[in-house]
Amino acid sequence: MSRIYLSPIGAVNGETLSMLARHVGELFGFDSEVSTSFPEPDYAFDARRGQYSSTVILRNLSSVTPPDATRFVGVTGCDLYIPMITFVYGQAQLCGRTAIISLARLGQAFYGLRPNKEVEMRRARKEIAHELGHTFGLVHCGDRSCLMSLSTEIVQVDLKSEDFCASCWKLLDEEIAKAKRQVKRTTVPEMIG
Amino acid sequence: MKTQWEILVVDDEEVMRESLAAWLREDGYGVDSAASGGVALEKAREKDYAIYFVDLKMPGGMDGIETMMEIRKIHPDASVIIITAYATVDTAITAMKEGAHEYIVKPCNPKEISMLVERIIKVKNLQRENTILRQKLAKQYSFHDIISKNCRMQEIFELVREISGLKSTVLIQGESGTGKELIARAIHFSGDRAPKPFVGVSCAALAETLLESELFGHERGAFTGAVSQKKGKFEMADGGTIFLDEVGDISPKLQLDLLRVLQERSFYRVGGSEEISVDVRVIAATHRDLSEAVQAGTFRDDLFYRLNVINIQIPPLRERREDVPLLVRSFIERLSHELGKEIEDITESGLKMLIDYNWPGNVRELENAVERAIVTCKASVLSDEDFSFLEHNGIRRPAWNVPDNLPLQSVEKQVIEATIKRTGGNIKEAALVLGIDRSTLYEKIKRYEIQR
Repeated sequence: MSRIYLSPIGAVNGETLSMLARHVGELFGFDSEVSTSFPEPDYAFDARRGQYSSTVILRNLSSVTPPDATRFVGVTGCDLYIPMITFVYGQAQLCGRTAIISLARLGQAFYGLRPNKEVEMRRARKEIAHELGHTFGLVHCGDRSCLMSLSTEIVQVDLKSEDFCASCWKLLDEEIAKAKRQVKRTTVPEMIG
Repeated sequence: MKTQWEILVVDDEEVMRESLAAWLREDGYGVDSAASGGVALEKAREKDYAIYFVDLKMPGGMDGIETMMEIRKIHPDASVIIITAYATVDTAITAMKEGAHEYIVKPCNPKEISMLVERIIKVKNLQRENTILRQKLAKQYSFHDIISKNCRMQEIFELVREISGLKSTVLIQGESGTGKELIARAIHFSGDRAPKPFVGVSCAALAETLLESELFGHERGAFTGAVSQKKGKFEMADGGTIFLDEVGDISPKLQLDLLRVLQERSFYRVGGSEEISVDVRVIAATHRDLSEAVQAGTFRDDLFYRLNVINIQIPPLRERREDVPLLVRSFIERLSHELGKEIEDITESGLKMLIDYNWPGNVRELENAVERAIVTCKASVLSDEDFSFLEHNGIRRPAWNVPDNLPLQSVEKQVIEATIKRTGGNIKEAALVLGIDRSTLYEKIKRYEIQR
């Protein structure tokens, strides 16, 4: 229970994955690595909408979470949805271990603009940190510059910073410390044994 | 701050329920879900949710509209959002007619739903703030269990504070149910006599001989049945206050006895020969016009002057209608707790009906009406339907009859005269009631040569 694992779901650029893994490892203070890749999630595809159900994928990810994962994040190029709304950038289990983010709407090309790798990476870093924040119990923050502020359109993703606000950091630090204590408790008996 | 608000998602489809609940939880709300209308109603009975997301089409049992109607029976002010994948004009009209807060077609834009929830919560926050402020205001207008923001009542409260430390006799006049005993208690408990007894006697309830014995006590064998000596209310109230309610109803003989007590501060028990001295403050009350009774010769003028040292006239409720909302909410808060019912408030139309009613029985009648409504109310908010029994009494405020062939200036003069009379000559209050400022009222008084 000491690592943050990232798994590609369908085709995802390996370099993007490695950079995201390194980023969340540094931000949350855990070891991190890219783990098993999964095929395109046909089981979650809705032909009428042409999108993938994030709830169904998340449910599936929960069942295959590596035992030593403190957090497990699926990264996909598929466009995600929940039935109530037209799309989601990602979804997480609040206070849980799994999350998923979609890169489908983070690229400039989706909005008819010239592709820009740097912009896409910055958005992906924000989204993965945001969803991981939910797994540590953080809810949406009223501070529009905070990473935990709600983004319902891409401009809001761009407007927020790549950092949590002071209040969110305070809560996050406590939760990270709690998660690390849990790691120690589960590893000590193994060492004795 | 958001977690104080809870949302219920009602949908037969598990993924829909789970995903919307998760999405709203990420926003910081407490979210429950229900797989059917029946389960939703069970949950609504346990908790009042800030928002209900209800799917229009649910197989078997109740559909979304029926569920919403049932929820609104429990919580008339519930914000219900009907969601559907197949919008038709008919269903949209029905949903809105039946009181849906919003009718949305899924999937909708995340921004739209986020703003909708935010908007509803903002209103709920304002409503909650309003309730807290109202409670604070009620406390501000509360004086020894008497609630009023009416100018004349506020003047009475001030007078009560001023006279509470004196020994002077007080005569409280007002219609039945206006709270004469509450004022008497306020005088007693605001002054130095508070630790000593406050003894109330209803003079109208007892026959002359019984009342005499009740007030002055009796010696053993004074009359048939007087098997032992008994102290009267005057003795019991020694050091404190005696409250003589309905003093206008006492017999001429008792009027004389009472006059003697007031003059000499001493009396004899019935059948006794020992003079007993007491230190008692007398507060008398009546719903009758005692000065008229004096003129008619049914009430002793010397007793009237002895009682009427300080006079307090309590206005009837129909002359202080602005107090009705404060009183109603205060009764709801106290009585719903006493009766073990969870009634939170009253609808605007319900309140308007109570403000318009004439209240011949004054505050006591209003309290009884609220109690009856709470007992029979099936929802958490009282509505005009809960007060339909008042309509049957047929004594609502008569409609304004437009006078024939009367110049506008004459109507204005009459209205101003009547208002000044009703407010006891209080120009500030009259101006408030008439909705004009004081200088305008003075100008009109001068112009119409109105006597004050």
